[in-house]
Amino acid sequence: MKVIQKNRLALSGNEAVAYAVKQAKVDVTAVYPITPSTAVSEKISEYVAKGELDGELLLVESEHSALSACIGAAAVGARVFTVTCSQGLLLMHEILYIASALRVPVVMAVANRSISAPLNIWCDHSDAMDQRDTNWIMIFVLSVQEVYDRMIQAFRIAEDFRVRLPIMVNYDGFTLSHTYSPVDVLSDEEVSPFLPRREPPFKLDPKNPITLGAVGNPDYYMEAKVQASKALTDSLLVIDEVDKEFEKKFGRSYGIYRKFMMEDAEIAIVGMGSAMGTAKEAVRRLRKEGKKVGALILNIYRPFAYEMLAKELKDLKALGVMERALSPGGVSSPLMSDLLSTLYLNSINIPTMNFIAGLGGRDITIDDFRKMFSELELLEKGKSKRPYLTYVGLRSEEREMVL
Amino acid sequence: MKRLLWRVDEMAKMPNMEDMPIGFVISKAGSTCKIKTASWRTFKPIIDYNKCTDCSWCWVYCPEPAIEVRTDFKKGKYVINYDYCKGCGICAEECPIKAITMVKEEI
Ligand code: SF4
Ligand code: SF4
Repeated sequence: MKVIQKNRLALSGNEAVAYAVKQAKVDVTAVYPITPSTAVSEKISEYVAKGELDGELLLVESEHSALSACIGAAAVGARVFTVTCSQGLLLMHEILYIASALRVPVVMAVANRSISAPLNIWCDHSDAMDQRDTNWIMIFVLSVQEVYDRMIQAFRIAEDFRVRLPIMVNYDGFTLSHTYSPVDVLSDEEVSPFLPRREPPFKLDPKNPITLGAVGNPDYYMEAKVQASKALTDSLLVIDEVDKEFEKKFGRSYGIYRKFMMEDAEIAIVGMGSAMGTAKEAVRRLRKEGKKVGALILNIYRPFAYEMLAKELKDLKALGVMERALSPGGVSSPLMSDLLSTLYLNSINIPTMNFIAGLGGRDITIDDFRKMFSELELLEKGKSKRPYLTYVGLRSEEREMVL
Repeated sequence: MKRLLWRVDEMAKMPNMEDMPIGFVISKAGSTCKIKTASWRTFKPIIDYNKCTDCSWCWVYCPEPAIEVRTDFKKGKYVINYDYCKGCGICAEECPIKAITMVKEEI
């Protein structure tokens, strides 16, 4: 990967998001503040006040209204943005379905945070996982640089005529939202041609009236829903295409997922978000000890690249899935369920283990990943005594389910 | 390029989702007029034009709105359009001189 050093800034994840929004020349930003994503709207309001962003900043009364306002603005052809997380994202929930069904290209940043109760402002992926069936494109990132790059890409993907779907860029609360990192930003001259303005395929216009959001009777509803769902599946191609063009122009790309020391790996852990940076370090150290381990970092959660993933995972001897979310009362965590279906459909029968870790901002350390890998080693040999669903660092009397 | 917008009446002939407009957009204004919505009515409001004073109250209150204003009227200025009246009875309730009666719909 060639690195073009043009403009390197020290930015927090929140600032990187706001910077991308400014460069994308977003017309309408509608927000309601919530920790840890608030700094994004503060920064945007600063840009608007200083005249650096010629756009409308709507301070609305709730997240429900924030997304509703974005849908309205996008429906008249504006480029729109909103940011939230946790309870805010949950309050938006019903509107998320509407945004995707109306096929408006809303871009939303989510500084992932746990869900109450108990009240907790720190990172996990419960808020995003609650939205997984809302027909949005869901991107997860590992670094501040990545959140900036993905935000720029997001506008391009969402507005593509073949896609026309809203996008959620997930970046871990505090771990990424508040951590300052060096970020290679693009110049405005580079961003503008990458995000061209195009007349949308349809828009609300008093001179040329259309109906958006009509009733879908039983004879149309199913087609409408499946059509949107199919568009999400098909968007994988465009997401990849935009990422490749981004690499060609600016020298950085991330892919649908990225592999770390997976070439000859026998045991691997799949996961999403910043904790996978720690997983990489654990893999690096274990490799020095001669262990054939690897990590697969999933960047695009929806659409789920099941065909590609099956090919990557089929030769493993044991697979672990680390996830920062629960599916209470269910079989496994959300990502694990997707992967299990993938494996089963492709007749891949490898021992698997679901690791639940880092809920409510609990640290996931290198040592935690070491423990996960050694458990997988036991699993491969058929010697693991732990249940398939295992909790990392949980305090419990049931010692066998705790790692 | 694939056509993106269709009218409601065209849609009825198009069962495949691939041919449906993305976002379920209806491209032509006023297309709802083609659909009559009164089939669920149980009681039908009848205006007694011998009593009616053209006060406009029923027109104001009708939530549809299914009451039309006639400029070329002979019997009354306010006339109910039974293609859209849902029989809610609000007009009958609000008419100040009780000129509207709700009559059970004959099938
Ligand atoms: S019955 Fe209801 S819908 Fe019908 S004309 Fe009266 S107010 Fe309108
Ligand atoms: S409210 Fe009664 S009196 Fe007034 S216009 Fe309607 S029917 Fe006539």
